[in-house]
Amino acid sequence: MEELGLLMQGFAVALEPQNMLLMLVGVVLGVLIGVLPGLGGANGIAILLPLTFAMPPVSAIIMLSCIYWGALFGGAITSILFNIPGEPWSVATTFDGYPMAQQGRAAEALTAAFTSSFVGAFVAIVMITFVAPVIAGFALRFGPPEFFAVMFLSFASFVGMSRGPALKTLMAMMLGFLLAAVGMDTVTGQLRMTFGSTEMIRGFDFLVAVIGLFGISEILCSIEDGLRFKGQRAKIDLKVVLRVWKTLPRHWFLAARSALIGCWMGITPAGATPASFMSYGVARRMAKDPSSFGKGRIEGVIAPETAAHAAGTSALLPMLTLGVPGSPTAAVLLGGLIMWGLQPGPMLFVEQKEFVWGLIASMYLGNIAGLIVVLVAVPWFAAILRVPFSIIAALILVVCAIGAFTVSNAEFDITLMLVFGVVGYVLKKLDYPLAPLVLALVLGDRTEEAFRQSLLISQGSLGVFFSNWLVSTIMALGIALLLWPALSWARGLLAGGVLRRPRPA
Amino acid sequence: MIRPSAGPSNRAVEIGTALAFTAAGGAALWDSLRLGIGWGTDGPQSGTFPFWIGLALVAASTGTLVQAARTRGELGIFASWPQLRLVASVLVPNILYVAAIPFAGIYVASAVMVAWFMRRLGGFGWARSVLAGIATAVATFVIFEIWFLVALPKGPLETALGY
Repeated sequence: MEELGLLMQGFAVALEPQNMLLMLVGVVLGVLIGVLPGLGGANGIAILLPLTFAMPPVSAIIMLSCIYWGALFGGAITSILFNIPGEPWSVATTFDGYPMAQQGRAAEALTAAFTSSFVGAFVAIVMITFVAPVIAGFALRFGPPEFFAVMFLSFASFVGMSRGPALKTLMAMMLGFLLAAVGMDTVTGQLRMTFGSTEMIRGFDFLVAVIGLFGISEILCSIEDGLRFKGQRAKIDLKVVLRVWKTLPRHWFLAARSALIGCWMGITPAGATPASFMSYGVARRMAKDPSSFGKGRIEGVIAPETAAHAAGTSALLPMLTLGVPGSPTAAVLLGGLIMWGLQPGPMLFVEQKEFVWGLIASMYLGNIAGLIVVLVAVPWFAAILRVPFSIIAALILVVCAIGAFTVSNAEFDITLMLVFGVVGYVLKKLDYPLAPLVLALVLGDRTEEAFRQSLLISQGSLGVFFSNWLVSTIMALGIALLLWPALSWARGLLAGGVLRRPRPA
Repeated sequence: MIRPSAGPSNRAVEIGTALAFTAAGGAALWDSLRLGIGWGTDGPQSGTFPFWIGLALVAASTGTLVQAARTRGELGIFASWPQLRLVASVLVPNILYVAAIPFAGIYVASAVMVAWFMRRLGGFGWARSVLAGIATAVATFVIFEIWFLVALPKGPLETALGY
């Protein structure tokens, strides 16, 4: 097995003392970010990215990916203890996690959540270890048309698989593409959509957008409810952990199914949030007594947590192998790769073996570190939410402003961040999805490049996207996904339901 | 008296947002036509890709606009006035903060904002609020200027202190 040998080399990289330390720092920071409202995996990493320029890329990605794992763990803490999902993917965890905490079983719920998060991540990492090299090897034969088709497919699947209104998904996505196109056109050198402004020539940096869209807007959304944190106290001791661990093997089938759902949803860019809802829904439907869900069942914690963590982890698979991220956080990491001077895509596995396998090895270690950190330090992290919201909000706003500034040392970016924050607040309240916007902003330039190169090959004929079986299959899948909402809408129209059906809130 | 459940209607905000999206798409179309959307000497012209994106955006936003405009029944409110007042209590100081950074530097502005938030939203005493604001500024300064050697926007105060 060639992979195992490479993985061992990766462990050698990840186990260097400096990298071990960064891993620990990353996990602790990540849990912190996951616990705080207004800071999440995506914008937490976006804020810290500029500080990693001086590091070797492999150390930087180890730290940043560990922040991601930490944030995935951290979301569960606030969901269970405070009934506040720290992250969107932990919303489903509140359904049964918070009732458990109210019944005084907080420690049990937390142990189950952390352990199943770990299991979900572990399954996804094993999958990445063995599947990623195969996909990367396959993708080495891709030309520009195939890459365009893959990106088309992943954007189409947002439209076809999103839970929200398809038109709004499309609008958010197209806005992302347009924002990506603003500034200098690298092929012809012409200025696009700057409308005479010199500040716009640099274009929109996606890091600034991410900080505004996910950071500022989150604060604005939370303040609406006049946030007062009322939480349950919890301390986890070894006895509880061991007791819960003894009962967990009983739920192996539930965990395996949830992990599979998570892996699948993570690879297709649907992301961790729908994965956690889907897994929770399936668990409830398959249960003998569905009505007991929502009242504090341990299965209601295991299912969404396993799936969310599996999805969050496997979102890195398409990011590493194809350069097409499966989640906003993976998109930010991809932006990091470009900034560190690495070319994302299948060539990474050939040219940057140390980087790729160091990262994969660090996923194993980072998740073990994460599990230990959260089990030991839950009371301290929970104490953070007892700090009054007025202080937390002010500090987060300061951190966001600093983060936006350091992206390219531009004061104008702070203003942009604020604008993105207000836009994000309105869009979020109107049920527009933000993930496609961010992904389109990150991938916009590369999608356009692939599109142009393809057309150059064919001298302007769109037939190039259907010139062989591979690219045709991918394109056909994408078109099918894109048309899916239109088809189901038309079917509803024929049945006469769509005009009278009340809009879902 | 304002009823606690009163506020701007979801329908109005939906329509406004869809119009804004349409305008963005329209601006893109207009600019793309200026750049050219045909075949140039070195492949597709600069406007080609944004043109099709802009077209899709205009089409999708028109669809959303029509949907929102045709909805007659109660769509509910976007947010109640008291909720919006709370949002403004965070947003307005934040706008002033961002506006002050080019003049006062980020440290002084941050100290003032933290102190203001604690005093007005948190109900802390002036002394504690101001102390916390200064502590935030000093901690940020040590972390960024001294540890990470990242220069953040500075104002007259930092210049007076020799930075």
